[in-house]
Amino acid sequence: MNPTETLDDPLKVIPANPLSTAPVDAPSFWQRFPPAALAGVATDRVMWSEIMPGGGHWSWRMPRGSALRFIALEAGTNASIVLYAAQEKLERYNMPDSLKAQHTAHYQRGHVLMSDMGRSMASFTADSLGWHDPLGALLDAELMTKKYGEHRFAAHRNTMYRSGKDGLLIEIGKYGLSRRDLIAPVNLFSKVSVDAEGRFAFAPDHAKAGDFTELRFDMDVILAISAAPHPLDPAPDYAPKKLGLMAWRCGAAPADDYCRAFRPENARALHNTDMLYL
Amino acid sequence: MNAIATHATAAAIRLQESTLDPADAVQDLSHPAGEPILFEVKAGQTLRIVDLEGNQAADVIFYNRHDNAEHYSATETMLRQGGIYLTTGSVLYSNDGRAMLTIVADTCGRHDTLGGACAAESNTVRYALQKKFMHSCRDNYLIALQHADIGLTTRDLVPNINFFMNVPVTAEGDLQFADGVSGPGKYVEMQAAMDLWVLISNCPQLNNPCNAYNPTPTRLLVWDPA
Repeated sequence: MNPTETLDDPLKVIPANPLSTAPVDAPSFWQRFPPAALAGVATDRVMWSEIMPGGGHWSWRMPRGSALRFIALEAGTNASIVLYAAQEKLERYNMPDSLKAQHTAHYQRGHVLMSDMGRSMASFTADSLGWHDPLGALLDAELMTKKYGEHRFAAHRNTMYRSGKDGLLIEIGKYGLSRRDLIAPVNLFSKVSVDAEGRFAFAPDHAKAGDFTELRFDMDVILAISAAPHPLDPAPDYAPKKLGLMAWRCGAAPADDYCRAFRPENARALHNTDMLYL
Repeated sequence: MNAIATHATAAAIRLQESTLDPADAVQDLSHPAGEPILFEVKAGQTLRIVDLEGNQAADVIFYNRHDNAEHYSATETMLRQGGIYLTTGSVLYSNDGRAMLTIVADTCGRHDTLGGACAAESNTVRYALQKKFMHSCRDNYLIALQHADIGLTTRDLVPNINFFMNVPVTAEGDLQFADGVSGPGKYVEMQAAMDLWVLISNCPQLNNPCNAYNPTPTRLLVWDPA
């Protein structure tokens, strides 16, 4: 793959099917990411990379000791993520427990995503932004139609017009999870602050092209992602932004880990996870 | 601007007294300190929770009585009112985006929907690993659901409302556990828009000052529609 190629949506520019003699078409998409977004990554260890079109969705099982870097390939990218423990899906990311344990209403490097069982599921190990939105808002199909109008497949094909909620429901459905299991997501790359009246203020110019954040998975996790717009994004037209992803094996959190030292609560949450892997 | 933010109705505090007379209530009971309770409220009925002695957290989750997969949603509620605090006029929405209840009276003025319920497991994280063998809201929820055996389980223990708790978010994005705005006899009252299961843990937390280290009873009243 030519690294100078543009960041075309794979869904808009349908690539040719691979030759039967070389059937695995797994291009090194990371070579097309802005170089600054690769800071600190040993790129020779990248196991896979992906360009997710705006509005797209997918899910992965991420093992303990793997890392996933998220890259905003355009200004205004939003990535809604939910996490379930792969070995026991009843254990899942818990918004209130994570926020109150870390006394925070935003995520940045050093924070961890905790489950309802008092364990760290994943840790923010790198971050260029300093604020990712944990308040869990998602567009559903009804609010999306109200905001952007109706877009049916017959006219729009794979220009993916799908709400964050529907994208995540499809992904968790692949693991037998239903709408009662859909948890409050983290909206990576978005910033929602709260004023003295408790009202939300969405920061419209927060993520720039090339901004990145990174999760190290502390346990085996089912991760689902939707790259649909944030519900508070004031942009009047539906124009979801592309998301870059690259994964590698980084190893479990070492004793001198930045996230362990970030807060004593995080050290205990990581300890509780370590107890799963004796 | 988008339709959601321009119609923000959230407020820091909105005080409103009730005109309902406790003598007319069809249910009037004391909810002892530290204990769970699960009961039904019908569409049109009004539920009042009274903070009898002040700053007692009532951790509440609502479920559609006829569909266990529909529950109170903190995120839908916050999104649709455009902010975090619950007070008079706040509509409590479900994960399906439907109104479950509306807060119709509130003499406390501010309630939390971000802080969630305490659990033995999260206590090990927040305080110390050796805090695990203590009472908690989640264990309260679980014992109530196990005994009721109505199909609700741990997967349905979603982020709850903490009535009478004050958990502000600062401009810098920090979450604070501030002094309560509640006091003895303050109450919140809400009218149901659908038939509900009401699951309450009268919070037994002793590791932080949310209950002033002294969990106390609350009073629960239900009125039929006028």
